[in-house]
Amino acid sequence: MSSVWVIVSYGFREAVRRKMFAVVLVLTVAFLFLFWLANHFVFRSLDTINPPADVHVDTRTFAGAFLIGLAMFATLFLGVVLAVFLTLGVVSGDAERGLLQPLVARPIGRSTLLVARFIGAGGVCAAYVLVVYFAGLLITGLTGRWWPDQIAWPGVELVGGVLVVIALSLLGSVVLSSTANGIAIFMLFGSGLVAGLLGSIGHALNSHTIKHASTIASWALPFEALYQDGLRMITEHASGLTGFLLQLGPFGGAYVHGWGIRVWAVAYVLLVGAAALVSFARKDL
Amino acid sequence: MRLGLVVGRPEDGGIELGRRSVPFPARDLVGAPLRLLRGGALHVAARHSGSVPNALAVRNLAKRYGAVQALKGVDLEVGEGELVGLLGPNGAGKSTLVKIAVGLVRPSAGEAEIGGARAGSRAARAQLGYLAEMFRFPGWYTADEVLELHQQLAGSSGGASERKRLLELVALSDAAHRRVDGMSKGMQQRLGVAQALVGEPHVLILDEPTSALDPVGRRTVRLLLEDLRGRGVSVLLNSHLLSEVELVCDRVAILLGGEVVAAGTPHDLSRPRGVELETDEGTKRIDGATREDAPRLVAEAVAAGRRVYGVRVLTSTLEDVYLEAVGGETS
Repeated sequence: MSSVWVIVSYGFREAVRRKMFAVVLVLTVAFLFLFWLANHFVFRSLDTINPPADVHVDTRTFAGAFLIGLAMFATLFLGVVLAVFLTLGVVSGDAERGLLQPLVARPIGRSTLLVARFIGAGGVCAAYVLVVYFAGLLITGLTGRWWPDQIAWPGVELVGGVLVVIALSLLGSVVLSSTANGIAIFMLFGSGLVAGLLGSIGHALNSHTIKHASTIASWALPFEALYQDGLRMITEHASGLTGFLLQLGPFGGAYVHGWGIRVWAVAYVLLVGAAALVSFARKDL
Repeated sequence: MRLGLVVGRPEDGGIELGRRSVPFPARDLVGAPLRLLRGGALHVAARHSGSVPNALAVRNLAKRYGAVQALKGVDLEVGEGELVGLLGPNGAGKSTLVKIAVGLVRPSAGEAEIGGARAGSRAARAQLGYLAEMFRFPGWYTADEVLELHQQLAGSSGGASERKRLLELVALSDAAHRRVDGMSKGMQQRLGVAQALVGEPHVLILDEPTSALDPVGRRTVRLLLEDLRGRGVSVLLNSHLLSEVELVCDRVAILLGGEVVAAGTPHDLSRPRGVELETDEGTKRIDGATREDAPRLVAEAVAAGRRVYGVRVLTSTLEDVYLEAVGGETS
């Protein structure tokens, strides 16, 4: 077995033995049940919603997109929580506890160890995000008979967003203690969400200043841009007042990032990863 | 290979040390006296002719942590199959030296090599077995799984038979399938020693391997170290336990304030402290007398009509040497 897979397996077993997956599974089942409940009541009440006669809103699209937007937010949040707890102490935390030194002294090397931890955490989180995302789609689709305009891409972009967070968390684990890293990553995540929400409003209202600020936030924290792009794609064919209301957010997107942000996200992960590798190589343990 | 061990500044030459040293050319034997030095690096060198590198070699090694100078130009070499003890009070720089040798810490200046490869390089790590001072294994692993993990990381093909043998060596055969978090501290430390031996390393670096062990556990490790030395494994042993170091080490180096202040074999470091004569008049100590004086002193006592019950040649212990070297520093 190659060294990378030995470490991937090590990280996976760590997560299993620490009951991380058990906790995440229970919380996810609870979320999906509540989400089904929300879908059930929203779509059952859909016929009773009567917008004013001169306002044309596609209530089914609005409700479906809103609910799937909500599911995407929850999926991203749960994926980020899992990602952070899998990675926040990979270097400094494990070094403080004495777990890292016996591993690093082996011939595998630091870079292999860090790359393997990224692959391990990334694989677990990607699988988790895709499962929860498609479970949410199925619940809304089967309950409300509404499907988003794009099925797969929003899920892929959520995975990309979580991978960006994993890269940031691994870099943080090299330079910060576990606690400081956890706080830093969640604050970055929160800041990104707020910036994204303001950006949605700015784009919908065509406010140049807010749009400019949101663009900067998107490039600085591409996980948020990927999430916003995913939101956009679930209703990319919605138009009129329905589309406008969805673009206002919080669970609809007005950004049109496309391939630019996707390519940048890949480059961002590589750059952050390279910074983590260099920092780790220079770190005294 | 013709290998010998010398102590002293390189320009002075040195004297041969070590119980297991092999002959080397007479021209290399420059008999500089063994000395305790302060304020300068004492070279403890394993001279070798030919191209075979030392198991471990650090040259002019320095390390600075911010304003703290942890190491100030240390030279130390461990020859093939040699067991060298590293002594010194807390903060002397022992663990820093060990960590640099293992590649966990980068030196500020100087160089460190394992078997001729730069410390920290893949080639160096491949020759190395290491037990950290502050280590832990994942609590959810069994002893057997810990060793299996390290076999995979070290590229060892020893398989289950190697794991079984290592667990037997450290008296943990019965705990092979016990989880680490169910083990006592001493058992974990013995497992740590077994882990360091995975893959039959060429060089073993042990940082306080017996600090959590009871006397039986210490004896187990001591016998293990002697066995390893007999098989040609080179060992650098960092320990606070002077008696342990004195019992097993070929040579010791005492660090203080980031410098080597004394080095040599435990025997050579010790000095005569007189002869103690037990007669019918009681016990009398003759300061300054040596082993060679003992027969004469006994004969004189008998000639004087005394009944001699015992005679003992007094030498300083490693503890005396250590305390003299480090002064009042707390260990």
